[in-house]
Amino acid sequence: MDSVGNIIVYFVVAIAMVVFSFKAVTSGKILRSATYLLFVLLGTAVFYFQLGYQFLGAVQIAVYAGGIMVLFVFAILLTHKPNDTTGRLESHRKSLGVIVSVASGVLLLFAIFYMPLLHGASLTECLSAGNEITMSDIGEAFTGSDRFQYLLPFEAVSVLLLACIIGGVTVARKR
Amino acid sequence: MDLSMLWYLVPSVVMLACGIYGFVTRKNLIAILISLELMLNSADLNFVVFNRYLFPGSMDGMVFTLFAVAIAAAETSIAIAIIINIYRSLGNTDIQEINKMKF
Repeated sequence: MDSVGNIIVYFVVAIAMVVFSFKAVTSGKILRSATYLLFVLLGTAVFYFQLGYQFLGAVQIAVYAGGIMVLFVFAILLTHKPNDTTGRLESHRKSLGVIVSVASGVLLLFAIFYMPLLHGASLTECLSAGNEITMSDIGEAFTGSDRFQYLLPFEAVSVLLLACIIGGVTVARKR
Repeated sequence: MDLSMLWYLVPSVVMLACGIYGFVTRKNLIAILISLELMLNSADLNFVVFNRYLFPGSMDGMVFTLFAVAIAAAETSIAIAIIINIYRSLGNTDIQEINKMKF
């Protein structure tokens, strides 16, 4: 049995995420579209907090809301002139988009409603079943090379980010 | 009333469907990238939800989501660098105008 507060938070965030997802892909102005995406990402961060992953929620806010959204706004302002009346977003192939997205959505909903593990434990039971994840657990998971430890992917991601910095500078610099 | 796994999967499905719709219909490259972020985000949410409900004792889904967030940041920055380069070369970011592979 979950507490009423959890259920209310769930409903507020879920409805906001659904509405803002729709608005992010149908809005006519690109800066508004990016802002709606920011709200969806913050709603996902609230879900991470609610599911008991505080570190992941903080990373989601710091990297997505703080990093990627700034990059998006930066790119939008670099590629759109202010006071430009042609800055509105047009869409094309709307019928194809509706067919593909509704078909995949209905297929996935059908799949998850018939999943055998669906009516399992409640959130409170799952939260009490697992230990709370502390920072030292996360640090050990990232710096070991045993089973369920991730030193190699961690280093690979750091090399990937270095390559990404060099690639971004090389591609976008003025010649 | 219990918050079971289904409750978290439904917003994720809606996010994925919206992302697919935007990916097919949008004409601006940055708007397509925004739709792509929606789809990535729904996959991340699924990792975490399956981790919490099916394997509450471990934290592998969370670690996968952390790596996915890092890779999404790298991918977005490279994509935005390419879009800015295209804008410098061609003057717009409309996918219907970009039909030359060489410039």
